[in-house]
Amino acid sequence: MMAAASPERSRPVAAWAKNEGARMLISRHRLRWWEPAPWLLALAFYFAFPNYLGFGYDLLIWILFALSLDLALGYAGIITLGHAAFFGAGAYTVGLLAYHGIWNEPISSLVLAAGVAAVVGLASGLVLLRTTGLTLLMLTLCTMALLEEGANMGHDYTGGFDGLPSLEIPPVLGLFEFNPLYANTQYLYSLVVLIVCFLLVRTLVYSPYGESLTGIRENTLRMHAVGSPVRTRLVVCYTISAAIAGIAGGLWAQTNAYVNLTTLGLDRAATVLIILILGGYGRLYGAFVGAVAYMVLSHFLARLYPTAWQLGLGLLLVIIALFARNGILGIAERLLRRRTPKRDGP
Amino acid sequence: MTALLETRALSKSFGALRATHDVTFTLEEGARHALIGPNGAGKTTFINLLTGVLTPSAGEVLLKGRDITDVEQAERVKLGIARTFQINRLFRGLSVLENVYISVAERVGAAANMFMPVGSRRDVIEEAMALLEQLKLADDAHHTISELPYGRQRLVELAIALGLKPEVLLLDEPAAGVPSAESHIILDAVDALPKNIGVLIIDHDMDLVFRFAERITVMVRGAVFAEGTPKEIGANADVRAVYLGQATHGGADHG
Repeated sequence: MMAAASPERSRPVAAWAKNEGARMLISRHRLRWWEPAPWLLALAFYFAFPNYLGFGYDLLIWILFALSLDLALGYAGIITLGHAAFFGAGAYTVGLLAYHGIWNEPISSLVLAAGVAAVVGLASGLVLLRTTGLTLLMLTLCTMALLEEGANMGHDYTGGFDGLPSLEIPPVLGLFEFNPLYANTQYLYSLVVLIVCFLLVRTLVYSPYGESLTGIRENTLRMHAVGSPVRTRLVVCYTISAAIAGIAGGLWAQTNAYVNLTTLGLDRAATVLIILILGGYGRLYGAFVGAVAYMVLSHFLARLYPTAWQLGLGLLLVIIALFARNGILGIAERLLRRRTPKRDGP
Repeated sequence: MTALLETRALSKSFGALRATHDVTFTLEEGARHALIGPNGAGKTTFINLLTGVLTPSAGEVLLKGRDITDVEQAERVKLGIARTFQINRLFRGLSVLENVYISVAERVGAAANMFMPVGSRRDVIEEAMALLEQLKLADDAHHTISELPYGRQRLVELAIALGLKPEVLLLDEPAAGVPSAESHIILDAVDALPKNIGVLIIDHDMDLVFRFAERITVMVRGAVFAEGTPKEIGANADVRAVYLGQATHGGADHG
C-alpha cells in the first residue's frame, strides 16, 4: 500500500496530488502510528489484571456495541434510541438456540446472531428510515419496546422476565473453554471478535460508501440533489450496524451464559448512547474512549457514592453536552490542533 | 438549437395557492437563460418541479423530448439535471475537496463502494481537484466548509453541481448573500461555465441577469409574464411596471 506510487511513475506526479487537501484524502485510510495502541493496551490488560477479566470482557462488548451505534448514528446520522433492539435480537438468538439445544457452537452462533439482528434491522429500517428526527427517535424506541415485550410474553420459549439461565456454550474452536471463574477465554474471544468487527467498520467508514454516509449526515437534502440513493444507503448502513450490534449481543449471551430482558432494555440503549457521546461520535475510536471512561467512572463513582453514583455521571454528561459536543476525543483533537500552528483561521 | 428541457402547461398548487400556473417553458441547448420575478413569484417552486423535488399537479416536464414528469429526483440527476441552492446546502463538517468528491463519486458510480478506501479512487480525486482548480478553490481544498468565508462557500456550492457534469444547470441565486466585493468571483465562474451546458439562472440581481442572459423569462404570480431577449425585456413597459421598477427602487429589499 505504501508503494502504491510506483506504477504511476510513468506519469509525472500530478500537481493536484501535492495539494494538502488531496493528500489528506488519499492517505486518510492509512494506519496511523497510534492505532495499534488500543489493542496493545487490551493485551496488556489481559496480563496485568487477570482478576479483572470479567470487567474486561464486559468493557470489550460495550465497545463493540458502541461501535455499531457509531456507524449508524455517528457516521450516517441516524438518530436512534433503540439500538438495544439489535443487541437483544442477537443475544436471544444465541440464547434460544443454546437453551433449547438446537445449536450452540460459538462462532457460527455469532454469525446467526448477526443474521437475525440484520433481518430485524433491515425490516425495521425499511419502515423507520422514511422518517427523520423526533419521529425516527420515537419509532426506534417503539421497535425496541415491541421486541422487549415480545420476549417478555413469549415466556414459554424465552423465559420471560427471568430469561434463559445456564446456557451451555461449548469451547471456542473446540479448544478454549468458557470458565465462569476465570474469564480468560471470554476476554480473548471478545477481543478477537471486536478486532474483526472493528476492521470491517474501519474499512466501511473510509470507503466512498462511508463518505456518502457522512454526506447524508451533513446534508441529506444535498445528497438527494447530487443523485444519491439516500434511503438505500441508510437502510444498508442500518442493517450492517444492526448485525454488529447483534454480534455484540450474542457475545454477551455466550460470555455470561445467560440471556435476560435487560439485553433489550432502554437502559442498555441509553447507556450505549451515553458511551458514544462521552467518547465522541463519528470518530471510530469514540466507542473505545467512551466505553473505558464510562466503565471506569461508574466503577469508581459507585464505590464513592453507592446510592447516588449516577448523579456524577449525569453531571459529566451535562458538561459534555454543554461544552464539548464532540466528546472526549473532540477535546483531545482541539488540544492537538492548538499545538500545531495553523496558517489562517476563518 | 434544440430544446433541452421543456415544460408543458406545468402547474403546482398548494391547497388554494397556485404556486406555478400553466407554465410552458423551453431551455435550449447551451442556453444562457434567466428567470426573474418578484419575491413569491414561484421561481423556486418551478426549480423544484424541474428537479423532481416536487411533483406537479398537472402538466409535463421533458428532457430532450423524453417525458420525465414521473422520474425521481436522483434519477433526474443521473440524466443530467443539476442545481445549486439559494441558501448554501453544503457538507459543512467536511473539507472542500470532500464536498466535491461526494458529488463526483455519485456521478461515476463510485459512491456505493464499501471496501476500497476513498483515496483509491484517484480518478475521482483528480477530477474534483481539477474542478477546484478551475474555480480557484484548490488552495482551500483541505479546509472544512465552516472555515471558509461565505463567498467562497458559494463557489463550493457551484463546484458540487459541476461535479455532476450536468447538461442542464439550474442556478438559484448563485450570488445571493455574497458581499458585492466578492460577487465578481461568482460571476466569473458562471461566465466560465462550459458552453455546452444549458444554464437557467434565477436572480434578483439585474446587473448579473443582463450581463449573463441571452434570454429572460419573467414570472409573476406563478405564471410566465413575459419572455424575450434582455433588450426586449428591458424595453417591455409591463415588465418595468411590475418588476424592474420595483427592483430598481426597492432592490435592496429583495437581496
